[in-house]
Amino acid sequence: MDVVAANPVIEMLSDPVFYIGLWGGLLLTLQIAAFSIVFSFGFGTIIGAMRYTGLPVISHIAVAYIEVVRNLPTLLLILTSYFVLGLSAAWAATIGLTIYTSAIIAEVIRGGLNSVPTGQWEAARSQGFSFLQSMRYIVLPPAVVKMIPPIVSQFVTVIKDSSFAMAIAAYELMYKGTILAAKYWRPEQIITIYLVISLIYFVINFTISMVSRRLQRNLSIGRGSIGD
Amino acid sequence: MSELFSNIAFLQQGPFSIPRWEAVFQNIDTLWQGMLVTLLVASLGLALALALGTVLGVMSASHWRVPRAFTRGYVEFFQNTPLLIQVFMLYNALPILYPGLFIPVIAIGILGVGMYHGAYISEVVRAGIQSIGRGQLEAALSQGFTYVGAMRYIIIPQAMRIVLPPLTNQAVSLIKNTSVIAIIAGGDLMYAGDSFAGRFGHYGPTYILVGLGYFLLCFPLAIFARRLEERTRVA
Repeated sequence: MDVVAANPVIEMLSDPVFYIGLWGGLLLTLQIAAFSIVFSFGFGTIIGAMRYTGLPVISHIAVAYIEVVRNLPTLLLILTSYFVLGLSAAWAATIGLTIYTSAIIAEVIRGGLNSVPTGQWEAARSQGFSFLQSMRYIVLPPAVVKMIPPIVSQFVTVIKDSSFAMAIAAYELMYKGTILAAKYWRPEQIITIYLVISLIYFVINFTISMVSRRLQRNLSIGRGSIGD
Repeated sequence: MSELFSNIAFLQQGPFSIPRWEAVFQNIDTLWQGMLVTLLVASLGLALALALGTVLGVMSASHWRVPRAFTRGYVEFFQNTPLLIQVFMLYNALPILYPGLFIPVIAIGILGVGMYHGAYISEVVRAGIQSIGRGQLEAALSQGFTYVGAMRYIIIPQAMRIVLPPLTNQAVSLIKNTSVIAIIAGGDLMYAGDSFAGRFGHYGPTYILVGLGYFLLCFPLAIFARRLEERTRVA
């Protein structure tokens, strides 16, 4: 019994502060990720559509945005949002992640639209469909099927990359963990803390990955493969 | 230079003023040193990731259950947890498991990005191998090749063409991800920029130059990947 009581890992795991701290961190991580995903979806759709139009200036702006942002580390974008734009830590993380993820989602959306062969467009227009109608009834249905799995798997990246926010001291899961590691500083305690955090990230991300994989399988049944 | 623009306010004050730019360019050596560290971590990390990814990829494409299950677990763990945690684990756990062993932060960075991107590359390699028809492997085995021999001489050379574009994209992500070692004071480009900017508050110009550094490393690779993609599509 004494051995159990003296075990620093068990002592830490029976402290409510441990769970309260991690829970608060998890909530902020999920909040940052959720806002980033929603914003990136909106902004990414606009950029992707701008590029898809192929109009001179509009598509060039979109291409420049995508090419520059995709080749920068997310951490740099988060630090820039914090120190140069002067946002609060949680918002800096959200905006930094949004700047990056929008570029990725824009490419996914363009790729999805491009996967529908131009013959489909021409057929729709020749049958008297308007631009919007051809988009809505002919092009978007198969294109969206192609877009959903990569967008869902991008959620995983956003949740993982939200851990970079610890660099600007946003109290998300990873940073909460390091704060706990300062209180419970013994080696076995520190390792346990990081293992527990890994497990939390893993459970969330693995679930999303499975959903993404299932969507990929289910959506392609009887649909997709147009033009193959 | 300064006198010339002396009456334009935002060039004299604010986050992107000329004095700040001058201060950053006077200390450009700091950033250059960081760039070299980033290059070192990225190149050795990529070598490790390629080696790990190839071995794990071949294992996960095999028909034996044990190596397949092992690589599945490895890939799922590394793809679904943040790289930052893995780096922190290495940073904290290695000195505990091997007391007295001194591991430079750079080595932790190399191990971290190598193992992380090894997981992604193994998936790329597996997809490449599986894209080659089953008959190719059967033909090779029937001709007396061992499994490893068939992989080495028949399957992998063909899979290379399919694998190369996504592999190049992984190299781009790897270079960008080396920036996480800045958080454990890794001395890389991100760290050099951040600590210099933090000392004097010259965030604007410093981050632009740091961004330019990463862009110059990544953009050519990204272009190369797209060229390869277009070529395989035509062929």
